[in-house]
Amino acid sequence: MEIIPGITINHYLIVSSILFSIGALGVMIRRNAIIMFMCIELMLNAVNLLLVAFSKQWSDTSAQVLVFFIMAVAAAEVAVGLAILMMIYRNARTTDTEVLNKLKW
Amino acid sequence: MSPSTYVFWFLTFVAIISALNVVLTKNAVYSVLSLIVTFFAIAGHYFLMNAQFLGIVHIMVYAGAIMVLFLYVIMMLNLNETFETNKDTFFHIAAVVSAGLLMVTMIGAFAKTDIQMQAMADNSNIGYLEELGKVLFNEFLLPFEIASVLLLAAMVGAVYLSKKEIKD
Repeated sequence: MEIIPGITINHYLIVSSILFSIGALGVMIRRNAIIMFMCIELMLNAVNLLLVAFSKQWSDTSAQVLVFFIMAVAAAEVAVGLAILMMIYRNARTTDTEVLNKLKW
Repeated sequence: MSPSTYVFWFLTFVAIISALNVVLTKNAVYSVLSLIVTFFAIAGHYFLMNAQFLGIVHIMVYAGAIMVLFLYVIMMLNLNETFETNKDTFFHIAAVVSAGLLMVTMIGAFAKTDIQMQAMADNSNIGYLEELGKVLFNEFLLPFEIASVLLLAAMVGAVYLSKKEIKD
């Protein structure tokens, strides 16, 4: 079963795994909270891409509706998260997670 | 190879290269711009899979709203140059190794799994707005309404959090 001519679901599985791993790498390697946030968005998008591929494979609309809801939740998450980051910056004058270590044991 | 195969590989290449650029570049603004390129490539994937509505919504929500929000915050915080403390090399190597292991594990697990399911009745227009709207407003009507409440709550929360503290 090919999703588009010459491309099967396995290709999309691999592409999504690579994009997800790059997002995970970004969360681990970066210290700037905004960049870490962007990497989380990247991981969400890798999952969305795979959901759409599976919906195409099974001719099922529900997965696309789920992607739609994930986008709505991501928008809400970014709005609140960036507001929190602004507040942190106003109080601590930095968004560097190495400096914000009060909760570290 | 058919033209859509070439388009797939091109979009994949662009998405992965710009995603790596998001992680590796030092300048936060370049990071945001690379992420926008990644999102456009993913939207291209959606169009390629005949999910037009999701492709349009993806461009509007991510490239249009979310990334502009990120750029705006970076502008307000004035993070245009590198703003991070440097970590030691050991930490970098450990992070790269663990991300690589994550990728190898996922790809290995997927390679062993047989997911070549029987295709259902091939309905190529599932991505169109008409089909999606029917499902969204019949089966998923309650989640749709709850999503609107969630967005309202997020809006109120964002306004409250970013407001200046009132001293009492």
